[in-house]
Amino acid sequence: MHTSLEAGIAYLVATALFIFGLKKLSKVRTARRGNQMAAVGMLLAIATTLLETGNLSWPGLVVGVLLGAAIGGWLSQKVEMTGMPELVAMFNGVGGGASMLVALSLFWRLYLTSPEASEGLAASEAAGMGGIWAVTVFLSILIGSITLTGSLVAMGKLSGKVSGNPILLPNRHLISIALGAGAILVGLLAGFGASGAMAATLLILLALIAGALGVLVVIPIGGADMPVVVSLLNSYSGIAASMAGFVIANPLLITAGALVGASGLILTNLMCKAMNRSLANVLIGGFGGDEVSGDARDYTNVKSASPEEAAMILESAGSVIFIPGYGMAVAQAQHVVKEMGEELERRGADVRYAIHPVAGRMPGHMNVLLAESDVPYEQLFELERINNDFKNTDVAIIVGANDVVNPSAIEDPQSPIAGMPILNAHESQTVLMIKRSLSPGYAGIRNPLFERDNTLMCFGDGKAFLQETLTELKEA
Amino acid sequence: MIGDFLVLLLFVFVLAIFVGFEVITKVPPTLHTPLMSGANAISGITIVGSLACMQMGNSFFASTFGFLAVVMATVNVVGGFMVTDRMLKMFGSKAKR
Repeated sequence: MHTSLEAGIAYLVATALFIFGLKKLSKVRTARRGNQMAAVGMLLAIATTLLETGNLSWPGLVVGVLLGAAIGGWLSQKVEMTGMPELVAMFNGVGGGASMLVALSLFWRLYLTSPEASEGLAASEAAGMGGIWAVTVFLSILIGSITLTGSLVAMGKLSGKVSGNPILLPNRHLISIALGAGAILVGLLAGFGASGAMAATLLILLALIAGALGVLVVIPIGGADMPVVVSLLNSYSGIAASMAGFVIANPLLITAGALVGASGLILTNLMCKAMNRSLANVLIGGFGGDEVSGDARDYTNVKSASPEEAAMILESAGSVIFIPGYGMAVAQAQHVVKEMGEELERRGADVRYAIHPVAGRMPGHMNVLLAESDVPYEQLFELERINNDFKNTDVAIIVGANDVVNPSAIEDPQSPIAGMPILNAHESQTVLMIKRSLSPGYAGIRNPLFERDNTLMCFGDGKAFLQETLTELKEA
Repeated sequence: MIGDFLVLLLFVFVLAIFVGFEVITKVPPTLHTPLMSGANAISGITIVGSLACMQMGNSFFASTFGFLAVVMATVNVVGGFMVTDRMLKMFGSKAKR
């Protein structure tokens, strides 16, 4: 596509705004401005495209933009912070889907409206592109479609509409390989063999196959592995945009997509490291779920505490560390956690929060929830920075976390989670573990922390238990 | 000539990935979610491609795909930036204290 010099420069400015924006997003103080800069870059890019592209069909365009803006704006304002993972997954999905549709739309226009274009590859040369261009059309549709359906499944799992457990279809690896091979075959046919109309139809088939593949890739992956999946799909949505950039020969899309692809990959890698598992291991799926071994629920020497007893312990605590997990999000307990933290501070205790990188369902999930309830971010500590302090801490309060505080990871080399970095809650003077029951966490294994001498199990709903404890504490 | 142009675009692609790695590596975990949703909004840049698809004289399929692409990309862009701003507003309010 031909771009004028002015438009080219405007696109370059937009790219610079994206890069500056991302850079500013990496500091708490400047993050909001960074996001706004990126939004300005986007506005500039959109305005330039509208001025640059002639012959636009305005009615459809305006309706599409208004509709999309209304849906996006409404979703972004009404979402609860606990529902953020679903929403991010969904936005990833529609972004990938849009990239797929751009490639499809352009292909249909080029091949069906130019009469000289009759053979697939020959046609792409007639259009002045070439074989590599055909490959990018293929990749754009493939990755875009996988991102779309994969994200929708992830969204279903995150919101509980689809079971969060791994769903293992029989022969799923075989089916995946067959679908992958089918996608490549269809792509080759569209690129080399088929005539224009046929090729364009084959590409729709390709989108459908890739869509099935996306479902199949995400469905065997269990809930607690979702941080990896969401980050990876984030990366895919960027790569798909990049490929769409090749399709329409626009460097702005290529650059912006590549930036996002890279950032998604970094997060994916961080999440995998935090679980001591390889990406391949996560993607093969089936970890945890129904593989709970028989002795996972057998505990001796479990001591439990009532809210009154918990309050008594906290009354004299000089230092307290909260360890939030996905259970806190489920119980919507972040506000009462914060109130409790404030009450403890008022009583002179040193209060901090220890955040495991994969706590929750997406990277940084706990931080968003605690920010929502106004916990100062200076009190949030990452694993490496706080782990040595547990031994000097009076009380560790675990709210809805399990596997990330399981000492088996460091003490039992045979454990499935051996080597996974954990928060050393067990080293603190007293551990208050707020949990509904003794049931195992996502990994489906015993947690010896439950029966430690310094652990008190606080059975109940996280929010209700903390509320009662807080009431007791205020009276004390 | 066309080949040269594609190679040039490939250069841009690879270099941009390196820039991405450099810019993003140092993000504190606190900001991981806003970073992801902000980056996600940027990946909605595909909206530029989708707008260019809305040309007159398109065949039925070309315009249908184009229209759907515009809707989806706009959801991504508008929703992504707005929700990121909403989250960052919460982080920001405490920086003042």
